[in-house]
Amino acid sequence: MSYSLSTASYIGATILFILCLGGLSNQETARRGNLYGMIGMTIAVLATVFGPYVAGFGGMAWVIFAMLIGASIGLYAARKVQMTQMPELVALMHSMVGLAAMLVGFANYVDPIAASHLSGAEQTIHEIEIYVGILIGAVTFSGSVIAFGKLSGKISGNPMLLPGRHWINLVGLLVVIFFGRQFVHADSIGEGMAYLIVMTVIALAFGVHMVMAIGGADMPVVVSMLNSYSGWAAAATGFMLSNDLLIVTGALVGSSGAILSYIMCEAMNRHFISVIAGGFGNSGGTPAAADGMQPAGEVVPILSPETAELLRDAKNVIIIPGYGMAVAQAQHTVYEITRFLRDKGVNVRFGIHPVAGRMPGHMNVLLAEAKVPYDIVLEMDELNDDFPKTDVAMVIGANDIVNPGAQDDPNSPIAGMPVLEAWKAKTSIVMKRSMASGYAGVDNPLFYKENNRMLFGDAKKMLDEVLAALKA
Amino acid sequence: MPLTIGVPKETAAGEKRVATVPEVVEKLIKLGFTIQVEAGAGDAATVSDDAYRAAGAQIVEDTAALWSSSDIIFKVRGPSAEEVGLLREGATLVSFIWPAQNPELLEQLAARKVTVLAMDSVPRISRAQKLDALSSMANIAGYRAVIEAAHHFGRFFTGQITAAGKVPPAKVFVIGAGVAGLAAIGTASGLGAIVRANDTRPEVGDQVTSMGGEFVSVDYVEEGSGVGGYAKVMSEGFQKAQREVFAKQAKDVDIIITTALIPGKPAPKLITAEMVQSMKPGSVIVDMAAEQGGNCELTEPGTVTVKHGVTIIGYADLPSRLSKQSSTLYATNLFRLSEELCKNKDGTIDVNMDDEVIRGTTVVKDGAITWPPPAPKISAAPPPPAAKPAAAAAKSSGHGKPGAPSSTKRAAVMFGVAALFFLLIGAGAPPAFLSHFTVFVLACFVGYMVVWNVKPALHTPLMSVTNAISSIIAIGALVQIAPPMDGVALDRPDGWIRLLAILAIILATINMFGGFAVTQRMLAMFRK
Repeated sequence: MSYSLSTASYIGATILFILCLGGLSNQETARRGNLYGMIGMTIAVLATVFGPYVAGFGGMAWVIFAMLIGASIGLYAARKVQMTQMPELVALMHSMVGLAAMLVGFANYVDPIAASHLSGAEQTIHEIEIYVGILIGAVTFSGSVIAFGKLSGKISGNPMLLPGRHWINLVGLLVVIFFGRQFVHADSIGEGMAYLIVMTVIALAFGVHMVMAIGGADMPVVVSMLNSYSGWAAAATGFMLSNDLLIVTGALVGSSGAILSYIMCEAMNRHFISVIAGGFGNSGGTPAAADGMQPAGEVVPILSPETAELLRDAKNVIIIPGYGMAVAQAQHTVYEITRFLRDKGVNVRFGIHPVAGRMPGHMNVLLAEAKVPYDIVLEMDELNDDFPKTDVAMVIGANDIVNPGAQDDPNSPIAGMPVLEAWKAKTSIVMKRSMASGYAGVDNPLFYKENNRMLFGDAKKMLDEVLAALKA
Repeated sequence: MPLTIGVPKETAAGEKRVATVPEVVEKLIKLGFTIQVEAGAGDAATVSDDAYRAAGAQIVEDTAALWSSSDIIFKVRGPSAEEVGLLREGATLVSFIWPAQNPELLEQLAARKVTVLAMDSVPRISRAQKLDALSSMANIAGYRAVIEAAHHFGRFFTGQITAAGKVPPAKVFVIGAGVAGLAAIGTASGLGAIVRANDTRPEVGDQVTSMGGEFVSVDYVEEGSGVGGYAKVMSEGFQKAQREVFAKQAKDVDIIITTALIPGKPAPKLITAEMVQSMKPGSVIVDMAAEQGGNCELTEPGTVTVKHGVTIIGYADLPSRLSKQSSTLYATNLFRLSEELCKNKDGTIDVNMDDEVIRGTTVVKDGAITWPPPAPKISAAPPPPAAKPAAAAAKSSGHGKPGAPSSTKRAAVMFGVAALFFLLIGAGAPPAFLSHFTVFVLACFVGYMVVWNVKPALHTPLMSVTNAISSIIAIGALVQIAPPMDGVALDRPDGWIRLLAILAIILATINMFGGFAVTQRMLAMFRK
């Protein structure tokens, strides 16, 4: 395959990737979008392998060997993963892109061909590209590994806040810049390699530190941010290799990830910077409600038969799922109940808060897995005005996203965050394991409202009981 | 020092309610108060003195002694002239007052240097719902209105097909879908009647439907909601259109229940004598606005009359006719008010004029008239406006970097910085780099444009697909594994590079296949 032909194939692949992202913006076109992505990737790989870049059958054999291993592991993982584990899987996959970018960077540095025709400013720029590529790759790698640990519960979800953490980051950045300068001026590959390795270690530590400092509630933003990083890493590699396909694709992924993070921050009414700077989960160690309004009133617990009773008598029901539903794997029972009620003519809908769960769109995926039709799964803005007309709002394992304090109490740490107004329904039922506060560490005045009922227990178990009571 | 709450026997003729019940006495004692109840106060509501005593209240035989020894008086009806005379200076009175209708009573109370909280003046805001005695009384009245109508109506409410023939269901028309109207709609449809309802406020249509009624609208565009969720006086054109609707309904239905009230004004005359005449003999009209003059021209307040073969019920004491129920609910409303007044649960009260609910309820404070209160804030506050427009603006702008503020000033600064940055790059970088850089910047913008429109529901698949696409990094490794040497003999550490490249390919391929496969799996689950 000639150079021009492979470039033309790259253009085709780029267009397919753009169509892929565009297609994913809508349920109807999403599957086609994914298909475009696959075709684009196939074209890109084939054009590279059969293009002017890989010489001889020896190289081809290695490629096939490596890709077979990767493909089987990847397909196996994709088949085995539980839908509730999606956030972990995505985080883990980001780490692989990061690590791959690091490896490519190192290989490129030791490869004399890459730099053989460069001189002067071009040489310097090339070295900066290598340096930056490895830097981003390393941060993505270690950050994603920590994110994976946090999401899978292997590492505590609480933010780890080192004293003077901003200073540590700043010093790290300065050191990295200093070594970057040294690296560009290095005389031999050996000397440059030493600087590269020091920088890589700092970058890895920075990635760990950054994600460790972020509280559980902000994990969706982090996952999406790491997604963005993995794109930038690919783009940096593209610069390093003078490969436009890598640059374009990396930039696409990078900017879309950044925007996704931004959209999510917007949904939580938080500043992007403050999320990245970390430490939201427990701002002072004590629940901040101390200086805010103390919720007054009684908590009224009920049991599953009464819940079933309320649901049966209702005409309009809104179900608000949260992370608790994911943990308890209760989505199938939720759907059973939904189907039962809908057959009885009850208008059941789902209200999804943009940051419900641990990954953007987490709840939608779980509900889709349980075969809940997506046209009754609505976004917060679509049904928030309907609560006054709703008979029962059932909150399953969610807390902060239905906290009226965000609207009423200016001192609340989550003040100003848009929330689902469950308390405006005639009756709200909150299913929780205990009275513990949510990730934001804020007491929830909803629990003390007169029209609120608490159904304590594991979501799956309680919902099974409710379903049994409904059918009885 | 704990205060004493006194509950006298109601003196108004026919009043059967009492301002507290034994269950509430217990709760009030828990708040720290001492409770005195006049002997026989609860008789008409079938609550015996013994029941009060058992709950911890003292029974006082002498009316004057009760009034003079109590710091706080709980009553249902506003006090009579004698009762005002019995009030002790500095005491607090809680009862219905209707300050707009009874200005001279207000003057008399102020002259006694007391504090008066009017249960009819509780502001209509969400927080005050639990002490809204008007609503709880209206609810009872609405129920009772249907029961009274059923009592005077010669037929079943529900339609039946019996061995003795077919019975058509009764048709009930409710005018005014406030609390009382809705309660009437619910009760009547519960009895099996066909219920229709009309209200000047179109937004209550859904509430009517939710109670089992059918909303009959007047085809005339005018917004009928006044301040605080009450109705207002409508224009002449609307009233004409409304009368036509009512006249049509009157010919068709068996029972009309009217609840139309406008705060501080006489009740609007909605049912004319001709309409009554046009109704079927044996029909019933319950005029729940009788006390304010009645919605029907032929209503005689306080009594039942039969005109043109139609029974017109003008009782003004419907809640009192369900005395046990209304006493219980009213007592609970008073208890909720006491909770608001006595935040420390120490048996003392604080009439805090900064509290919106207490401010609105208080009509006389220490001898000074404080009625009317400042206008209430709208009860259903719109969701925080600041957050939403900001998000909308950001979404619709479509220009600038993510997070670009809407203000032009900051945008200008941003563009300036960007221009400077590009200038620097343009000055210093070699052309080859610049062409790559152009591609890079354009791709960033394409990504940005494409992703703005993604539905939140698809965030996870989007992330997983972008993740899969980012495994394009494999290309980087592919070109390194065995590059054409172009005859250049260089000292290339082939082994090392190949090892790194193979590892990178494996990692990227895991991601590639895994990412696409898992996205496919997720998308396959989304179905309509």
